[in-house]
Amino acid sequence: MNLDAKTYQKYANAYAKKSPSPKNCIAAFLVGGSICLLAEGLYRLYLHLGVAEAAVRILTPVTIIVLTALATGFGVFDCLAKAAGAGTLVPISGFANAVTAPAIDNKAEGMIMGVGAKMFIIAGPVIVYGTLASVVWGVIYYFLHMRGIV
Amino acid sequence: MKENTMIAEQNRGIVRIPNPPTIRAWASVVGKKEHDGPLGGDFDLHAEDDRFGMDTWEKAESEMQRLALGMLMKKSGCREEDIGAIFAGDLLNQCTGSSFGLLDAKIPYFGLYGACSTMAEGLMLASLLVGGGYFSKAAAVCSSHFCSAERQFRFPIEYGGQRTPTAQWTVTGAGSVLLSSDGCGPYVTEVLPGISVQMGITDAANMGAAMAPAAVDTLSRYFASSGVSPDEFDLIVTGDLGQVGHDITSDLLLSMGYDVRRVYNDCGLLIYSSESQDMHAGGSGCGCSATVLCGHILKRFANGQYKNMLFVGTGALMSPTSVQQGLPIAGIAHLVRISAEKPTEMGGGNA
Repeated sequence: MNLDAKTYQKYANAYAKKSPSPKNCIAAFLVGGSICLLAEGLYRLYLHLGVAEAAVRILTPVTIIVLTALATGFGVFDCLAKAAGAGTLVPISGFANAVTAPAIDNKAEGMIMGVGAKMFIIAGPVIVYGTLASVVWGVIYYFLHMRGIV
Repeated sequence: MKENTMIAEQNRGIVRIPNPPTIRAWASVVGKKEHDGPLGGDFDLHAEDDRFGMDTWEKAESEMQRLALGMLMKKSGCREEDIGAIFAGDLLNQCTGSSFGLLDAKIPYFGLYGACSTMAEGLMLASLLVGGGYFSKAAAVCSSHFCSAERQFRFPIEYGGQRTPTAQWTVTGAGSVLLSSDGCGPYVTEVLPGISVQMGITDAANMGAAMAPAAVDTLSRYFASSGVSPDEFDLIVTGDLGQVGHDITSDLLLSMGYDVRRVYNDCGLLIYSSESQDMHAGGSGCGCSATVLCGHILKRFANGQYKNMLFVGTGALMSPTSVQQGLPIAGIAHLVRISAEKPTEMGGGNA
């Protein structure tokens, strides 16, 4: 084979089918939108039931998290996510699934080294860099606030 | 140093086995998806539940190996003490799928890791040792399980993600073969051990492209040294290159003057239906080539449909750690020639 690695990579790339982006985007929009619509409905329902607004702000995402965890446990979430892609990943459902799935999966390795240690194997980076980003933004906000900009 | 190079050069040739061993029996065990696929009827055993009655996926994989060996013993009518050695492998860390699965078998055991090429590797080593007169019988077993492989190489089973079109689906299945110095075929007449080839592919979701250069290397070395034309075979089959790797291999071989298109297929394309089973680029895993060989292909030797074929096990040599560290994925392809009849003139040793 008279191909160098660089030429081969280009050659091989031409054989790889690309992800169907328009289809994926539409599915993500519809499913992601529906999850947000459900959350909005829950938000209004809780307010309607007389729950204080501060509590509703917590209760709504918690409901989505519980629903996702249940769907993950019953083995249906991944089927929906396969079609929805970013639609289930971007809302808090993506985060909830990323924690629940390894927790279920690593049960066989025990509660400490399995569930405990592996639970955040996917969501861990989100927590680490999410916290880090909020600290950085907090410092920026502090100085902007001091100068009266915000 | 020079001498070593010469030995290596010499060893690149095809090994013609002086007394070709017979593939005396074969057995296959598959999961539900594989049984629902186009080759479903060819497999000996299948489970409705991929857990195979076990409480973990790893135990399920070991159970498949145990069943594959048990079925092999039953079909061959041999006893465990008749078998000189067993060569077994899987994709799990430290090959525990095999070591635990075959724990109860009182047969000398060699654990192999050739990634998805393990069936060809085991078949090759068992054939060489039986053909060389060291054992009168030897077995090769190998397996993969979608769930245990996902856990080790990718994401937790219930994690919701999208797979790319080049991604392949790890076959849940195990295959086993028994090689014997006596018997009336099909025979393993020639083997060509693979050389690992690395062409800079780093995408673990495109293993077909990573392994294709190794398949091309092995097949072109085979055609060049043997002088045999691809058309002399009923089938040339690679292990689990999937759609992408299959097309690359076919085109690269053609560009080198070897037109395999008429007879060439890939186990990863055979095992699932590309229309109805949504497996993206096809099947993969040790169990892919193992079950297609031990279910589909050898059955067609038994009924006379195939007389002469090349079985090329393909493996991607990587680990989750090597991929995370950005190392490219090397491929390997081991070739085994299976013939219904013994070659008329047999030369000994290396060609």
